Amino acid sequence: MSREAILNKVRTALGRTAGQAIAEPPPVRLRVAEMDAEMRAANLLRAVEALAGKTRRAATTEDARAYVGAVLDGRPAVASNASFLRECGIVDLPGVESGFTDAAALRVRCATADVGITSADYALADTGTLVMLASPAEARLVSLLPPVHIAVAPIGRVLSGLDELFTILPNPAAGTSSMVLITGPSRTADIEQILVRGVHGPGEIHVVVVG
Amino acid sequence: MSAAFDEKVHRTLADANLQLAIYRATARLIDHRKQAVAAAALPDYQELRTAANSIKRHTIDHLDHYLEHFEANVTAHGGKVVYCQEATEVADFVLGLAKQRGAHLIVKSKSMTTEEIDLNERLEHHKLESVETDLGEYILQLAHQRPYHIVAPALHLTRYDVGDLFARTLGVANETVVEKQTLIARAVLRQKFLAADMGISGANFLVADSGAVVIVENEGNARLTTSAPKIHIAVAGIEKLIPRAQDLAVFLKLLGRSATGQALTVYTSFLSGPRRAGEIDGPEEFYVVLLDNGRSRLLADRAKRESLYCIRCGACLNHCPVYRKIGGHSFPWVYSGPIGAIITPQFLGIEREPSLPFASSLCGACAEVCPVKIDIPKVLLDLRAEAKQNEERKGVNRLERLAFKIWAWVMCHPRIYEMAAMAAAGVAPAGNGKWLRSAPALMNLPPVRAWLSQRDLPPAPAASFRELWRKR
Repeated sequence: MSREAILNKVRTALGRTAGQAIAEPPPVRLRVAEMDAEMRAANLLRAVEALAGKTRRAATTEDARAYVGAVLDGRPAVASNASFLRECGIVDLPGVESGFTDAAALRVRCATADVGITSADYALADTGTLVMLASPAEARLVSLLPPVHIAVAPIGRVLSGLDELFTILPNPAAGTSSMVLITGPSRTADIEQILVRGVHGPGEIHVVVVG
Repeated sequence: MSAAFDEKVHRTLADANLQLAIYRATARLIDHRKQAVAAAALPDYQELRTAANSIKRHTIDHLDHYLEHFEANVTAHGGKVVYCQEATEVADFVLGLAKQRGAHLIVKSKSMTTEEIDLNERLEHHKLESVETDLGEYILQLAHQRPYHIVAPALHLTRYDVGDLFARTLGVANETVVEKQTLIARAVLRQKFLAADMGISGANFLVADSGAVVIVENEGNARLTTSAPKIHIAVAGIEKLIPRAQDLAVFLKLLGRSATGQALTVYTSFLSGPRRAGEIDGPEEFYVVLLDNGRSRLLADRAKRESLYCIRCGACLNHCPVYRKIGGHSFPWVYSGPIGAIITPQFLGIEREPSLPFASSLCGACAEVCPVKIDIPKVLLDLRAEAKQNEERKGVNRLERLAFKIWAWVMCHPRIYEMAAMAAAGVAPAGNGKWLRSAPALMNLPPVRAWLSQRDLPPAPAASFRELWRKR
């Protein structure tokens, strides 16, 4: 068995025995910055714009709905099952399909839709990042297959950064099989270091903060 | 230096276009990193490096514990861990699973570990289609080449090379606009993603307390590889472990910045097991292949163990004056640059390319930029000592050893040193350091020729340092 062979080689090399206790690991290093909600939202949107993302600071859910409607302009879109999108009335916009619970049907729709609309479980102000946890409310492919991604989230979900995220979610695997951090549009610089957006994921990203 | 290494180095040095491509790409990456780790952008950069080093040290020192801890958590989330000692075991596992599940098409996201074991070639040999989906890696797969750089794999190719390659291999019009080339690749690969039976990824980190695989990328191909097919297999070296998800707050801040100057790469995926009840999409099966392939061999030596702290950011390549001249393909294995020079001999044995630890000026730039503070020059010196001890045991290079013994003796005797220096200055016509080259009788002596193939003798000065000192 390779398992035993490898573990034995490792133990022998380290001078350890099976099941031997370990030294205390170095302390966790998390520094959470104090910041009010408005400042977080402003920083988030500035960081998203620096990555060539588009942003909207929406005062109300109606405002968010109007912004998304204008971006869609009737194009075919698929929306996640996030309750906040329903609260905003975004799932009722013309061209928007939502409510998928079957992976195959969702995939077919995502592969042809022009726009994918999601909420975000959290957002990180300092890096302009969306945090997406896979759940019945959020499928993975909505923010991935369509060429445009719009994320709409209430202001209370904007965190200062990674340190606050891992303070709130010390073990993300406890609640989901997939946590994805999205920081700007999909990009590559693999040919002559020339920046191109929209390789495999969305080349256009909109972040709407509501409230 | 082996003939093959020597030949590749000289071919790279003579290729002006290639020299320019390497220089430009590394200069840009150096500049981006510099801005990203500057005090204004990341005030606690040095503290983070220290923290990263101590976390890695702790993990590697207790690796058996963290391997088992990781395995237990992957299993608890419905995934499976497969330990493999070397390349054929990984290929056999993937082939066996593909056969059981009737899989034919595999999509792959970038992984240096799978490059290390030639996984694509092994799978294709058994009639499976295994497609690289990172743009740079896809280009290299079509061109049948290996990565030139850990994070910028196709650094050495121009848009014209890519245009020719796509036209020849994909039957499309020759397109030299990079945006359009990217769209061509996107269209071809999108069909592969949607049809694939299996996705194989690498892993940047394995998180023990979560049983999670962490993958960072910019294109979205790793997300597709790990989300679209029914089966996800992550292949990772056993050294990729970190104890806790919370440690990512340290490592993620360093990795993107050191690699490309990004505060975070576009996508960071934290994946623990197959799709859970209620989740709408994602793989139904989740496997993590833990590969040894020589890694456990270097755990025994406490000093060299730190080679396993590497998080593959590539910063040491960009900053290395040797890499920047000789390029990635001169190196004998998939890992190039300073990190390649220390891990290749340790993973494969020093015999593979005994001169590799000597291909460094020991300037220390690699250690200065390393986000996990690996003392690469120190490890290079240890490996040099090992290579020379091997030679001594085998009784080779006796002449060189004798020459250095004489040199050491002369250096310990100031009067004799002075006389020897005067004699050397007298033989060498002043101002012409290449005087030896015009003496064919001397040049034909093998040791002289070998020495001068890489170096020139400096011109003899008008007065020696000792003479100048006495006159003060």
